[in-house]
Amino acid sequence: MKNYIKYLPFLALGVISCEPELDNPVDEVGFYSNGETDFSNFVALGNSLTAGYADGALYITGQENSYPNIMAQQFAKVQETQLFTQPLVNDNAGGLLLAGNQITANRFVLAVGANGSPRPQIYTGMQPTTDIANVLSGPFSNMGVPGAKSFHLVTPGYGDVSGVPVGTANPYFVRFATSPSSTILADAAAQNPSFFSVFIGNNDVLSFATSGGVGVDQTGNLDPSTYGMNDITDPQVFASVYSTIVNTMVGTGADGALVNLPDVTSIPFFTTVPNNALVLDAATAANLTGFFQAVAGIFAQGAIQQGVDPAVAQALAAQYALTFSAGPNRFLIDVPVSQTNPLGFRQMTEDELLVLTIDQAALAQGYGSVVLTPEVLQVLGILQTGGQPTPEQAQLVLAAVSGVDDKDALDKDELSAISTAQASYNATIKALAQANGLAFVDARATLAQVANGGIPFDGGVVTSQFVTGGGFSLDGVHPTPRGYALVANTIIDAINATYNSTVPKVNIGAYGTVTLSNDVQ
Amino acid sequence: MKKLLFLAVFALTTAVTYAGGYRVSLQGQRALAMGHTGVAVVNSAELGFFNPAGLVYLENKLNVSVGGFGVFSDVVYQNVETGDFARTDSGVGTPLYLYASYKVTDWLTAGLSVYTPYGSSVEWEDDWAGSHLVNNIDLAAIYIQPLLSLKLNEYFSVGGGPIYVTGSVNFNRNLNRTLTDIDGNRAEVTVDASGVSNWGWSASAMFSPTEDLRIGFNYRSEIILEAKDGDADFENIPNSPLTPFEDTQFDAELPLPAELAVGFSYEFCDKWLFAFDYNMTFWSVYESLDLDFANPNIPDSQNARMYEDSSIYRFGLQYETNDMFTLRAGYYFDESPVQDGYFAPETPRNDSNNFTAGLSVNVNERFAIDASFLYSRFKEIDASYDFYFENGQAVPFSGTYKSSAFVPGIGITYKL
Repeated sequence: MKNYIKYLPFLALGVISCEPELDNPVDEVGFYSNGETDFSNFVALGNSLTAGYADGALYITGQENSYPNIMAQQFAKVQETQLFTQPLVNDNAGGLLLAGNQITANRFVLAVGANGSPRPQIYTGMQPTTDIANVLSGPFSNMGVPGAKSFHLVTPGYGDVSGVPVGTANPYFVRFATSPSSTILADAAAQNPSFFSVFIGNNDVLSFATSGGVGVDQTGNLDPSTYGMNDITDPQVFASVYSTIVNTMVGTGADGALVNLPDVTSIPFFTTVPNNALVLDAATAANLTGFFQAVAGIFAQGAIQQGVDPAVAQALAAQYALTFSAGPNRFLIDVPVSQTNPLGFRQMTEDELLVLTIDQAALAQGYGSVVLTPEVLQVLGILQTGGQPTPEQAQLVLAAVSGVDDKDALDKDELSAISTAQASYNATIKALAQANGLAFVDARATLAQVANGGIPFDGGVVTSQFVTGGGFSLDGVHPTPRGYALVANTIIDAINATYNSTVPKVNIGAYGTVTLSNDVQ
Repeated sequence: MKKLLFLAVFALTTAVTYAGGYRVSLQGQRALAMGHTGVAVVNSAELGFFNPAGLVYLENKLNVSVGGFGVFSDVVYQNVETGDFARTDSGVGTPLYLYASYKVTDWLTAGLSVYTPYGSSVEWEDDWAGSHLVNNIDLAAIYIQPLLSLKLNEYFSVGGGPIYVTGSVNFNRNLNRTLTDIDGNRAEVTVDASGVSNWGWSASAMFSPTEDLRIGFNYRSEIILEAKDGDADFENIPNSPLTPFEDTQFDAELPLPAELAVGFSYEFCDKWLFAFDYNMTFWSVYESLDLDFANPNIPDSQNARMYEDSSIYRFGLQYETNDMFTLRAGYYFDESPVQDGYFAPETPRNDSNNFTAGLSVNVNERFAIDASFLYSRFKEIDASYDFYFENGQAVPFSGTYKSSAFVPGIGITYKL
């Protein structure tokens, strides 16, 4: 048996070498390089996009797929990093409670209706359980606060629960502010990050845009405390706040990445309902054309009766003699009554947009064109036979015009205000990135690519097509996990280029898109 | 002592391998120690697998060989583009064998063999990067074979018998790369079928032109395991008419391919024996793994495999030190049946170099303890599986793999 024993070392050797080892394993420190920076303590500043908000709500799986969390997982493949912490909500239903009362809606899911066609609906499979009165003990690496505008990051009291009902505080920040009087920026800087990212400013125009431009362009007003929820932030205010954010974060000794603002009007919220979805057959088109001839005639006659010069009256009336053709026609929108447009409506122009939340059933019933009641048709009949309607009857015709409300459309002036503000904000972001040697992330270019043709990946192409494109969640504003993965890759690219690091990117095909569920009411 | 040293060097510089596909070449301690040669080696009832025609040449009336192995086999995967990394945690496989032969007359021997030539156990971390191809698989097949061995004359014998196979398979994968329920749990399917049986046969011949030289031939037929009404268990499926997956039955066919072995053994210098085997495994029968679900709303699953017939070259050496110890060593080269672009992580095998060694301790005239070990060395390989589809578009799954297998084994030989 002694002879046998001497073979035991061979057996032992075999057991030890049994685990297969790759020549250059990626899980060994040093395979990827952090270059000239340090990802060990990463803090992300921003709004809903940073928080991982999607489908109209903040829920756990959305947070897990937030771009900062995706980036942090990749950073952890490069070097030893601190755990990236997030203020996770309680569930995947998404709604928030305040003292037991629901204050924000549950998420959307894609549900199949009785007619077999899928559409976004509010998830009702469970009651929301995230009460903002339960303050989490932070701080958290992900400082993304849904709804925050640039200046909110430096607004004390933005996390004070008593300010929620009156709109001076944010329920999402209330959940994890280190104190009611603290600011988002202070809580971020206090973590002494080695690396930070800032993706803020979208809401400074987005809420104006999604509200259909009902807010005010506050350009020229330097006091954000006087701004309404749906206003456009003054570019100087933005520049000042953004500069404070960057200086504060750089002041902690951290490197970082600044993300510019995508064109808010290229998201599905504005591109899904076309402004020419008034599809008519030839007979209806002819009827509508006839209707607007009647409108023009009634207007001219009324104006002349009120003493307007007939030539001027005819010229003004001409704008109402709209013609319609078989096929798609543009909707009408309401505009302020003015001397040049006394009836206060016009047909939309090519680039003007409708919001996703417009009442599509109403559109089918004449909203955006004309609501033809039997009474109106009767008046039209009188006109067609050469008769003379009474003033009341004429008024019926004018009242039948149903232009799209301001809240449901972005007209060219509103688009121009948005575009001007965005361009200014982005100039600020780029200049501050350059001045501080930070990575500049051109998310605007990435989203433009998604919106114009899409970005190919191993399983297809990500586009901004609502529901099916894969890039945007069911609220039409926020990305899907796949969209967030694309954002993470875009930021990683810029970081690698700036800091000579080799952080690996993720395969966006491994990230999901919209969530299916028929747990809806 | 010099000879012993020689043997040790041989053992270190040569190798034995673990077989390609889901073939598990672990059918006897003495054979494995010699590179799993044996089609022309007459030294124990292990012939009941390697060449039943040789059983009739065993000197004793009753010969029994029984034993088993511990298979420590693992695979690592990585993708340098994404930093994805995974390592299997497959546990220990324990293939067993039992062979018995009984000399009825001088020219006729009967036998019974039980062995497990096919199987696979691979367990990746749940939801790893390739989880849409496999999370884990456990495949086992037990062969039970009555045998007859007939000596036709001094130089030539034949053997063979019917094979009864009973097998089982358990396989789990995620439905695709992204589908989850509302809580983010990945949608997955587990298929399970056991007690799947079928029949096959083997036939063999042995030619012994001189006292020192034997030439052997063995053929084992293909056996298709046809799973009928196995259980398909779908989990974490969203509540949606768009994902009509629910628990159902499935049918599937898994081929256990035919194998041909030819080889010779040569005794020299009294105490030495050299053996060479060539094996051909007819893997080309394995074209596709298709799961046919009973529920018509659930799309069937087709997974191209397109294996190729593959060869194995085996070399073995045996040295009888004294009455008590017999030392063995061997090497084999095992060619993978997997073609480029069909490298699926459920059987992640590329070509391997395999090194074996072992010994027998003759406790007494009747009873011996046999031990062996196998170390399989796989090259690191960049490979991909290109036949996974999403919405009709092929989505290759690629990366770098490295496998290793270490297999110690122990058994006993009893003769009467």
